[in-house]
Amino acid sequence: MLLKAALAVSTAAAVNRQSGQAWGASAAGNTAEFVDTNVYLARWPCRRLWGDETPRLLAKLRAHGVTSAWAGSFDSLLHRDIAAVNVRLAGECADSGKGLLQAVGAINPALPDWEEDLRRCHEVHRMLAVRLHPNYHGYTLGDPRFARLLEHAARRGMLVQVALRMEDERTQHPLLQVAEVSPEPLVDLLPSLPGARLMLLNCFRSLRNNRLLLARLVRTGTVSFDISTLEVVAGVRAMLEATPGIPLVFGSYAPYFNFESAWLKLRESKLSANQLHDLRVGQAQAALAGTTRPG
Amino acid sequence: MKIWDLHCHLNAPGTTISARMDALMRHADRMGIERICLFMGTPWSHHPTPAILERTNDEILEVLKTWGDRAFGFVYLNPKYQRESLDELERCVANGPMVGVKLWQGWKCSKPEILPIVERAIELQAVFFHHAWLKNREENPEASTPMELAALSARYPQFPMICGHSGGEWESGFRAIRAQPQIHAGLGGFDPTAGVVEMAVRELGPARVIFGSDAWGRSFSSQLGKVLGADVSDHIKQGILRDNLRRLLLPICTAKGMAI
Repeated sequence: MLLKAALAVSTAAAVNRQSGQAWGASAAGNTAEFVDTNVYLARWPCRRLWGDETPRLLAKLRAHGVTSAWAGSFDSLLHRDIAAVNVRLAGECADSGKGLLQAVGAINPALPDWEEDLRRCHEVHRMLAVRLHPNYHGYTLGDPRFARLLEHAARRGMLVQVALRMEDERTQHPLLQVAEVSPEPLVDLLPSLPGARLMLLNCFRSLRNNRLLLARLVRTGTVSFDISTLEVVAGVRAMLEATPGIPLVFGSYAPYFNFESAWLKLRESKLSANQLHDLRVGQAQAALAGTTRPG
Repeated sequence: MKIWDLHCHLNAPGTTISARMDALMRHADRMGIERICLFMGTPWSHHPTPAILERTNDEILEVLKTWGDRAFGFVYLNPKYQRESLDELERCVANGPMVGVKLWQGWKCSKPEILPIVERAIELQAVFFHHAWLKNREENPEASTPMELAALSARYPQFPMICGHSGGEWESGFRAIRAQPQIHAGLGGFDPTAGVVEMAVRELGPARVIFGSDAWGRSFSSQLGKVLGADVSDHIKQGILRDNLRRLLLPICTAKGMAI
């Protein structure tokens, strides 16, 4: 059910030993591999989108060479029956994804017995990652429930994606006003959670101008960052130069954003072959290093 | 596709005006952008005094000496300082190489101080670009909304205006300007949300939609993605990416003897 892609290269041995060829690349150094770490299925609550029918989204991803897309569900923002959301997501990725879509289940630690949702994501749906939406679910990253979730996910060898925002706060629907999530508590939290692996999505609106916090997060060695909201001309290159060692991954945030917006960033920044490979696939693989599925 | 960018600023990194412009155009070249409209250098000010207006407009004038074949200069004005703004309009457009007017957040467009500026811009056939954002929270009481720009347009129904950012919250923004056929939607300076171009084309007609980036702060790529990824025909995309802007620039450029 999970993607075929990658776990490649020299890191292959370290990455995902148990799951083998899953979610990542295939052949070492195969630059044709292209991982989009940030796509969504189902319906955005306030608008129909071009790609909210899975076949259209798949066609767009394929047309741009994406070989693996990590897909969450917009349904998880407001639905309380998260278990059903994850069943539908896993089914859609398996039935329609045709090897391209990797389901990333949702967990809401504000709901009772979220631990069972996590177990099902891992053991039943065989997911390697889960995705959180703290602002829609009403908690901060300083919340003890979030720390417990990270701990549980780490114990299972799962990657945790956290969407810091879904929409520009200035344009939110008047009845759906949610503030951007601050990643600051992670600086103190992550050192106490060995094995935790985190990827921040839609994260650069605030982080771009908080270089000190960004550097502290990078120093934890366990956080990666998707480029979907990285703005400023040639922002990818500027970020790599200003924050050495920052693990940037490609994330389009399609279909809420037009896929081309992130895709063109790869052209706008002058990048070396290694930088481009890291962005397209290498850092996504590295984020999965150590993740495992039940045998 | 031929691409002209309605909305660029001179705020790239660089220690000199020339270095900032070189950086901007180097990346415009990477993205296939032929020509840009340029306004506002440094300092960056929401509430510019006359001295700041003059200084930032001087930067654009300086750039145009070298880049006049690829950059269209717009004069930055603040109706709060009406007399000085009219003087800047004369200096930079009537008697200078600039071809457009940029108004930002210094004075609401619903206030009467703007009217003589609009009327002089009409005489000069200048392209008229006004920032507009519909926000769900108050940040700057002098920032204008698309509704206020629509009311201004109604006073001058033959004069083309451009609603910057499509109002930000564009689903309401397009509705606000829809009934004023001379208001165009500028696509720059907000998230690359899917569907924006499709709705603009549907509600305003393809001729009223204009690509802009809001570079340097926004990337060319994210903003181009709005158009290149839209579910509209290539013919419509070409109109948005260049032809609609060119049509607005043509009268003043022709009057000034500028080939475009």
